[in-house]
Amino acid sequence: MKRVGALALQGDFREHLAVVRRLGADGIEVRTPEDLEGLDALIIPGGESTTIGRLANIYGLIDPLRSRITEGLPVLGTCAGMIFLASATVRYEQPQLGVLDVVVERNAFGRQVDSFEADLAVAGMPKPVRAVFIRAPWIHKVGAEVDVLASVTDQESGEERPVFVRQERILATSFHPELTDDTRIHELLLEVS
Amino acid sequence: MNTSSSERGTDLVKRGLAEMLKGGVIMDVVSAEQAHIAEEAGAVAVMALERVPADIRAHGGVARMADPTIVEEIVNAVSIPVMAKSRIGHFVEAQVLEALGVDYIDESEVLTPVDDNHIDKWNFTVPFVCGAKDLGEALRRIGEGAAMIRTKGEPGTGNVIEAVKHMRMMNKQIRRLTVLDDNELMAAAKELRAPYTLVREIAETGKLPVVNFAAGGIATPADAALMMQLGCDGVFVGSGIFKSGDPAVRARAVVEATTFYQDAGKIAKVSRNLGEAMVGINIDTLSPEERMQDRGL
Repeated sequence: MKRVGALALQGDFREHLAVVRRLGADGIEVRTPEDLEGLDALIIPGGESTTIGRLANIYGLIDPLRSRITEGLPVLGTCAGMIFLASATVRYEQPQLGVLDVVVERNAFGRQVDSFEADLAVAGMPKPVRAVFIRAPWIHKVGAEVDVLASVTDQESGEERPVFVRQERILATSFHPELTDDTRIHELLLEVS
Repeated sequence: MNTSSSERGTDLVKRGLAEMLKGGVIMDVVSAEQAHIAEEAGAVAVMALERVPADIRAHGGVARMADPTIVEEIVNAVSIPVMAKSRIGHFVEAQVLEALGVDYIDESEVLTPVDDNHIDKWNFTVPFVCGAKDLGEALRRIGEGAAMIRTKGEPGTGNVIEAVKHMRMMNKQIRRLTVLDDNELMAAAKELRAPYTLVREIAETGKLPVVNFAAGGIATPADAALMMQLGCDGVFVGSGIFKSGDPAVRARAVVEATTFYQDAGKIAKVSRNLGEAMVGINIDTLSPEERMQDRGL
C-alpha cells in the first residue's frame, strides 16, 4: 500500500487524506520531520500560506521538505500548497520551499466575494474538472521546466494565467480538487509516485 | 476561454473558505497595527472590530457594526482573510460589510441584536459565520444560510466554561441523532426546533455539514487545545490576545497550541512566560442581561 502524507500544520489536510484513502492508499498526517520518513508521496493542502509557512519554519520542516522533494518525492500542492512550493510571491515575502520554478500571485482573483467554481479544461483530461477557486493564487511567471496543464484568462490584461502546473514529479493547483468528488488529480499524484 | 459555467457564492465556495481556515486561529483586532501582529503570529484570519468583546462589555450601551474606516484599514493591512461583525438581524450592516470587501460576516451576539429574526444569509455572496450553543441553534443558522458555525461561549470573559458546555452539548446531540431510528427523526427535529432535512443529514453523516470553530472566553494556549480536543475545527480568540500582557507572544503560542493540540509537551513549552493573561470574569456573577450567549437563539 502506498503511503501518502499530508502536511498537517493547518488547512484542509483531512479532506486530502480522505481522498487518498478512497483511492486505496494509506493517509498520514505530517507535522514533524520524522513523519516524512517512508512516504511515497506528499500533499501540501489548502489553508493560509502565511500560517503554514511560519509553522513549517519554526518546527524545522523547511529544509527536510525541500531536500525530500528535490530528491524526487512526488508532491501535490493545492492553493496555499502551490504558494508554499513556489520560488517567489508577487508583493509578499513569506517562507517558501522554492522547489517549483514559478512566481505566484496571491489572492489573484480578488477577495472572497470573487471566489468561484467553474468547469476547467485540463490538458490530458477528456472531461473538464469542476475547479473551486477560493481566494486563489495564480501563476504569474513559469520557469522553462514547468508544464502548464490548465490556465484561466486574466480579465484585465487578457493574458493566460496558469492554475495547474507540473514540474517533473511536482504538481500544483490554484484550486481545490479535495473539495469535490473528482479524484483524477489525486490519481495523477499516485501515478507519478 | 478555458472555463465555463462559472458561479460565485455557491455553498461549496462559501463553506470552502471555512474549510481552509481549519486548524487555525482567528483573532479579534481593532487596528491595522494589531492586524499585522496577528498575521505575523500566524493567524489564519482576523476579525475587524471597533472594540474587543471585553471592552464592549465594559462600555455598555448599544454595540453596532464597526466604523467602515476601521474595517477598510484592516482589509488593506493584511493578506489573510478579514471578517467583521454585524448585529443579529441587521441585514443592512451585512450589505455594507459585503460592499467593503470583507471575506466573512459574523452575525454576532456580541453586538446588540435588532430583530428576533436572523439575516436571510442565502441572499448574500459573502459567507456568514454564526454562533450556536447547541445543535438546534446551529441547524437553524445553517438553514438560514450560515456557511460556518462557532460556539457562542461567553464573549469577553476570558472564561472558557461556556464554550466547553456548548461543544459538549453539540457533540452529545449529534451522537444521539446517529443512533435514532429513522421513524424518530421528525420528533427529534421538533425537539431541536431544527429543519428536518438537516436533522436527517446529521443522522446519516454524524457531523455538521459546515466547519465548527470554538469561540467565547478562550484566553490561553491550553484553552485552545482543549477546544480542539473536544472536536472543534479551529479557534476564535477575541479579547484573550490583545487584552493580555504580551499580545504577540500569546498570539504565537495560541497558534502553535492549536496545531499541536494533541502534544502536551509542545503545549507546555509554548505556555511558558506568556506574561499576564486577561483578567477573567466568573459567569455566575453576570446578570441575565449581561449574558451575550442568550441573544439570538
